[in-house]
Amino acid sequence: MTAVLEKKPVQVAPKEPRRWKGAALFAAVAVVALVVMPLVLEPFRLGLLAKYLCYAIVALGIGLAWGQGGMLTLGQGVFFGLGGYAMGMYLKLNDAGGDLPDFMVWSGVEQLPALWAPFRNPVLALAMVVLVPLVVAALLGTLVFRQRVRGAYFAILTQALAAAMVILLVGQQGLTGGTNGLTNFFDFFGNDISAESTQRGLYLTVAIVLGVLYLAAWQLVRSRFGRLLLAVRDGEDRVRFLGYNPATVKTITFTISAVMAGIAGALFVPVVGIISPALLGVVPSLELVVAVAVGGRFALAGAVLGAVVMGYAKTYFSEELPDAWLYLQGALFILVMTLAPKGIVGVAGALRDRFRKEAAA
Amino acid sequence: MSALLEVRDLSVVFDGFRAIDGVDFTVREGELRFLIGPNGAGKTTLIDIITGLTRPTTGTVSFDGQSLAGKREHERVRLGIGRTFQTSVVFEELTVLENLDLAASFRRPLLSLLARRNGVSETVQRALETTGLTELAARKAGVLSHGQRQWLEIGMLIAQGPRLLLLDEPVAGMSGDERSRTGELLTSIAKDHTVIVIEHDMEFLRRYASQVTVLHEGKVLMEGSVEEVRADPRVQEVYLGRAREEAAHDVVS
Repeated sequence: MTAVLEKKPVQVAPKEPRRWKGAALFAAVAVVALVVMPLVLEPFRLGLLAKYLCYAIVALGIGLAWGQGGMLTLGQGVFFGLGGYAMGMYLKLNDAGGDLPDFMVWSGVEQLPALWAPFRNPVLALAMVVLVPLVVAALLGTLVFRQRVRGAYFAILTQALAAAMVILLVGQQGLTGGTNGLTNFFDFFGNDISAESTQRGLYLTVAIVLGVLYLAAWQLVRSRFGRLLLAVRDGEDRVRFLGYNPATVKTITFTISAVMAGIAGALFVPVVGIISPALLGVVPSLELVVAVAVGGRFALAGAVLGAVVMGYAKTYFSEELPDAWLYLQGALFILVMTLAPKGIVGVAGALRDRFRKEAAA
Repeated sequence: MSALLEVRDLSVVFDGFRAIDGVDFTVREGELRFLIGPNGAGKTTLIDIITGLTRPTTGTVSFDGQSLAGKREHERVRLGIGRTFQTSVVFEELTVLENLDLAASFRRPLLSLLARRNGVSETVQRALETTGLTELAARKAGVLSHGQRQWLEIGMLIAQGPRLLLLDEPVAGMSGDERSRTGELLTSIAKDHTVIVIEHDMEFLRRYASQVTVLHEGKVLMEGSVEEVRADPRVQEVYLGRAREEAAHDVVS
């Protein structure tokens, strides 16, 4: 071993310009989202964008878990739903005053179920938005990852969970509103929920939450933990021999992605005005995974972009060519997985490199 | 010197096949031990048991006086047992520096991992210099040659700061030059570590080995110095099997 330690600085490629560029791009997108969009878009379209940004928050979590951590989670709808129902239950109770929520009366429920009691308190309800997905995901992750369940088995398990969640919600009509879910909200923390100003405020809230979570996820990916997460994705068994427990790394990441989905669900409810089993089952969960793949799962920006692009595409085609959307979505997924596994972000990067090469030549 | 690693009456059975059959194996602190034997002798299986990848059917393994029974792989690493694999596994998406940094960071509390890496720690710097990878620090590990990957693996092992290093065929597939560099690397590491090396290559063994343990069909055939092992007729019989004539010639020359 070298006797004298010379402190030679290790040659690292200059990174400053790239970091600066990334920050500038983030700031530009933030200005567009927070200033330009509310001015340009009519209220209905701004509401749609708010909805897509909610999905983008879920997509960000999928990007972390799947793109960075290699955990293909096909059941993020479960956590989206847990957050959404927590918010919905509070809004229902708030609207009902001291009485029972309307759907309970129709189902012949006479006393408020104990499960609902904590959601009278807005602070508790908001805490539940984060805590319930956190606890469920942490428990699930601990059980599953300790047993070294991974790959397709993990994917199937999460999908089964989404299916089970729907069955549970539909079956408990009096407790959950059944197939109809929770809807008909009027008041949102003292504001008329359907008023234009409330909706604009909600849009801004969603955009800011997305931005903050994006920065947090970015920091996570850049940190040592992020490097470790990539290592777990690419060689879980090797990581054990570096002295780390991959189960812990995966559980933490999966839990973070679940909390993101929960927060997204809670924001979605006042924006769209409903939470129901159809919004969190297998199909919506899969649609978001497809969106992340299309945007580019290896980059956090790709996940967010994918959710927004696919959201707009879905709306556009449902308005213009209602029958074509499902086929187009399927075809797009196959195309991306076979031809451009890095999604839109990957294709953009390849094009940029080609232009640079041509410019240099 | 005390025994750092003690393996007692170890057996492991895979579907009725006794891969390890009553092995006793002791390595003292500071030793450089070579483990040889023909294919299927149980060398890698023995390393797998020591590091927790394979569970023994009977017998005990203790490290520094502490039984390893029931300890998971990462827990054994935390006790100070490090290993490399026959086919090197480095993280191709990470740079050489990041690979080493990850290997050096496992003792940090989990929360502190949420911070970005800030510069190059002394441990990582030393591993870079020992393995001669300083120039390649910022390159992704995916672009390294086979030999460089093996050195990176050894560097990661050094960065872990283990008390016992287990190297599974570190020179397999290497060119002559790379072999002698790896040999020098090994002897320099062995100065202040306890090292166990699995190696097939007799030439390599003759140059670098001190103590040798010969495994055959899951049993310890003999232990001794390189000369003793090479002179032993049983070793020539089983280990050099097919190439017996060459081996006899080799011993004479």
